[in-house]
Amino acid sequence: MAEYQNLFTTVQPVGPVHHGVDLPRGDEKRTGTPFFIHLLGRLGNAQIGPVYLGTLGVASLIFGVAAFNIIGFNMLASVDWNPIQLIRQLFWLALEPPPPAYGLSIPPLAQGGWWLIVGFMLTVSILLWWARTYRRARQLGLGTHVAWAFAAAIWLYLVCGFFRPIMMGSWSEAVPFGVFPHLDWVSALSLRHGNLFYNPFHALSIVFLYGSVLLFAMHGATILAVSRYGGEREIEQIVDRGTASERAALFWRWTMGFNATMESIHRWAWWFAVLSPLVGGVGILLTGPVVDNWYLWSVKHHVVPAYPLGNPVVVDPALLGAKP
Amino acid sequence: MSMLSFERKYRVRGGTLFGGDLFDFWVGPFYVGFFGVTTIFFSAVGTTMILWGAAMGPTWNLWQISIAPPDISYGLRFAPMMEGGLWQLITICAIGAFVSWALREVEIARKLGMGLHVPVAFSVAILAYVSLQVIRPVLMGAWGHAFPYGIYSHLDWVSNTAYQYLHFHYNPWHMIAVTLFFATTLALSMHGGLVLSATNPGKGLVVKTPEHEDTFFRDLIGYSVGTLGIHRLGLFMALAGVWFGIVCIVVSGPFWTGAWPEWWSWWLNMPIWRT
Repeated sequence: MAEYQNLFTTVQPVGPVHHGVDLPRGDEKRTGTPFFIHLLGRLGNAQIGPVYLGTLGVASLIFGVAAFNIIGFNMLASVDWNPIQLIRQLFWLALEPPPPAYGLSIPPLAQGGWWLIVGFMLTVSILLWWARTYRRARQLGLGTHVAWAFAAAIWLYLVCGFFRPIMMGSWSEAVPFGVFPHLDWVSALSLRHGNLFYNPFHALSIVFLYGSVLLFAMHGATILAVSRYGGEREIEQIVDRGTASERAALFWRWTMGFNATMESIHRWAWWFAVLSPLVGGVGILLTGPVVDNWYLWSVKHHVVPAYPLGNPVVVDPALLGAKP
Repeated sequence: MSMLSFERKYRVRGGTLFGGDLFDFWVGPFYVGFFGVTTIFFSAVGTTMILWGAAMGPTWNLWQISIAPPDISYGLRFAPMMEGGLWQLITICAIGAFVSWALREVEIARKLGMGLHVPVAFSVAILAYVSLQVIRPVLMGAWGHAFPYGIYSHLDWVSNTAYQYLHFHYNPWHMIAVTLFFATTLALSMHGGLVLSATNPGKGLVVKTPEHEDTFFRDLIGYSVGTLGIHRLGLFMALAGVWFGIVCIVVSGPFWTGAWPEWWSWWLNMPIWRT
């Protein structure tokens, strides 16, 4: 009854390192001598490196490291340059965006100016990394699917930290840098706009998020279950269908009456993963600029019943033009 | 008709866990088996009761139909049909249908000579459902702590339950679960994108190899987990995400009744900070 189930690599042959397929003329050399880590080999490839740095990579890292350090030093300054308190309070510390009074103007450094600089540098770093993702694929003669999926995540990042604050007319609407502070921002945004659970785009985004996790569990499990037939050699199975693909397809066909193919499952995967931030970004961009209160919006559209509200209904002072 | 060109040779008898040859046949593309019959039974009864509950309820608005669990005052007893009894029977049917479905997956996997990864993974999802609807309510002493069956009503339940602990984002296991959910989705986009980019390189270019895939991610981030590893990693992260989700909600109520932001005071008050 007991039979082998592919979970971890039990016997690990160690061959010569792979230096990567040849790069086209004009590219720089790869950096680092590849080496093996046995524990990684239990799960997947044991080999670490080499890495291609290149101009885009180095520039992205410079901006990214600078942004990270500025955040760190702002946090350190906020605990009076006490390194022990930096560790103790790390999850609570923040580099906050400017207060609402500054609107979209440029504030003093200690009043959100650093936040603006870090936001700019992090965005530059991310966009350079996107260009690198695109270029590395092109230089190896691959399609640019990974780069465009990455672009969907960048869209959500820019909506939260750039597009929505501009549409709201204030940098104070943007996300602070910090562990608990950014979670506080999420809660505050949700409460201020009548609970984000009533935002249908938020709901759809979560459907795609959970759907992605479900899809990866289904796909990962299916491939592992047919790995005894070479199922993990997906490219080969796509261009020349073998018994692994056939069994994987029939498993789902017999289970739920429908199956993907070895190629189409990766299209399902790509779209589910991409639609989560894409739709989520739309939902956040509408929150405030277009819809003030998602609960009232949902009542108006007969999505939820009108719960009896206590009187008097409290009016948000921000709506009366009060400036904090 | 509903058979794929290569399907006939795979439609062999055997591999069943229960019932021998009795239900060892297909209907259209679906395999039946003993557990197919039990799946149909539980789903039909459960769906009928949801429809009955909807018919007795105040609305046919799809978004607002809701079947609520019994009031807290019923504790862990059976409630009258229209006061949560329906919810209790629907929950039993749901668990019956989910478990039947998992066992049917086992039969199909055995028939096709496959590993049991899919049904095992699905059982983790079933465990999550059972944790929310049975384990946590039992630990808290009332079915009323479970979530109602309705599209927006279950969202209300999530919101209300979360705010009972002031700020659920501070729940450390919730933090881990959310991180794993996001990471799994990130990994899925990278895996899907990578396979598509190798097989769809663009007009006039030849399809690439796993060596190209590995090279792309090594060039980009210095590591490629590989064709086999990514499926292990994806499955592992997905299941770990669900597992920590289970932990984060089962802890809330039975083992932690305060505000989650206060939970972290052990960290702030550790003796090592005293100088």
